[in-house]
Amino acid sequence: MVPIHHFLFLGAALFTIGVIGVLTRKNIMVILMSIELMMNAVNINLIAFSAHLGQTAGQIFAIFVITVAAAEAAVGLGIVIAMFRNKETMNINEIDLMKW
Amino acid sequence: MSVEQVLFYIFAAIAVVSAILVITRKNVVHSAVCLAATLLSVAGIFLTLHAEFLAGVQVIVYVGGILVLFVFVIMLISVEKTIHERQFGRGWLIGFIAALLLISELVFVVWRGRDSLVLAQPTGPVESPLGFVGNSQLVGEALYTNYLLPFEIASILLLVAIVGAVALAKRKTQAE
Repeated sequence: MVPIHHFLFLGAALFTIGVIGVLTRKNIMVILMSIELMMNAVNINLIAFSAHLGQTAGQIFAIFVITVAAAEAAVGLGIVIAMFRNKETMNINEIDLMKW
Repeated sequence: MSVEQVLFYIFAAIAVVSAILVITRKNVVHSAVCLAATLLSVAGIFLTLHAEFLAGVQVIVYVGGILVLFVFVIMLISVEKTIHERQFGRGWLIGFIAALLLISELVFVVWRGRDSLVLAQPTGPVESPLGFVGNSQLVGEALYTNYLLPFEIASILLLVAIVGAVALAKRKTQAE
């Protein structure tokens, strides 16, 4: 039986990799993928605690997280397509209309 | 070491390495392939935790749905132009340091509290009813009884997301 803090370490590592991707990359597709990585890290934690405590509630929450991830991916990719049609770029530094 | 433990560490190593590849590859298509490896190994980790239904959902929804959507969009927009640009923004050092602070904090907290995570009586997943009735049945029963209202709200969220995605990605007609 794997001790639960190993799952938490794995979740923390994946979440941090996602954070690094969001903070440092300029390509918007990679940023969206990093957000998916972070959601997966959360799911690992939820399901590890669900198995640890012998309850299904964590798995239900994980299903909702996956639902939100699907909705977020659909809307995010719609934004990417609309953005690419207007500016012909995937670089987030060139999308600065609302920046001061 | 039991089979479960060996599988967990193998899947964890694959997940972390391919996650690092996701954020470091120049080509977005390579990133998508590495993301598929990460998602599949996370599904394997769900299997070692006896969450078979979630593993199936992970493969079907994430790899079969979201990731294919990503690849579609990558193919729609040109990849060649972005490869030759600089891949990391100007503030990458600040972001990297912030992320390092975050992971050291997380590891410190989990490491300090690891003894409090051990339950008084060991109720592992094998002894619990999760293993006997079947994971899908338990999840389904919980989802359609206690969590029925959140389930319906999630369906509304998906509907709103579909409408929003179509409205965002729709090409404007010449009629206006």
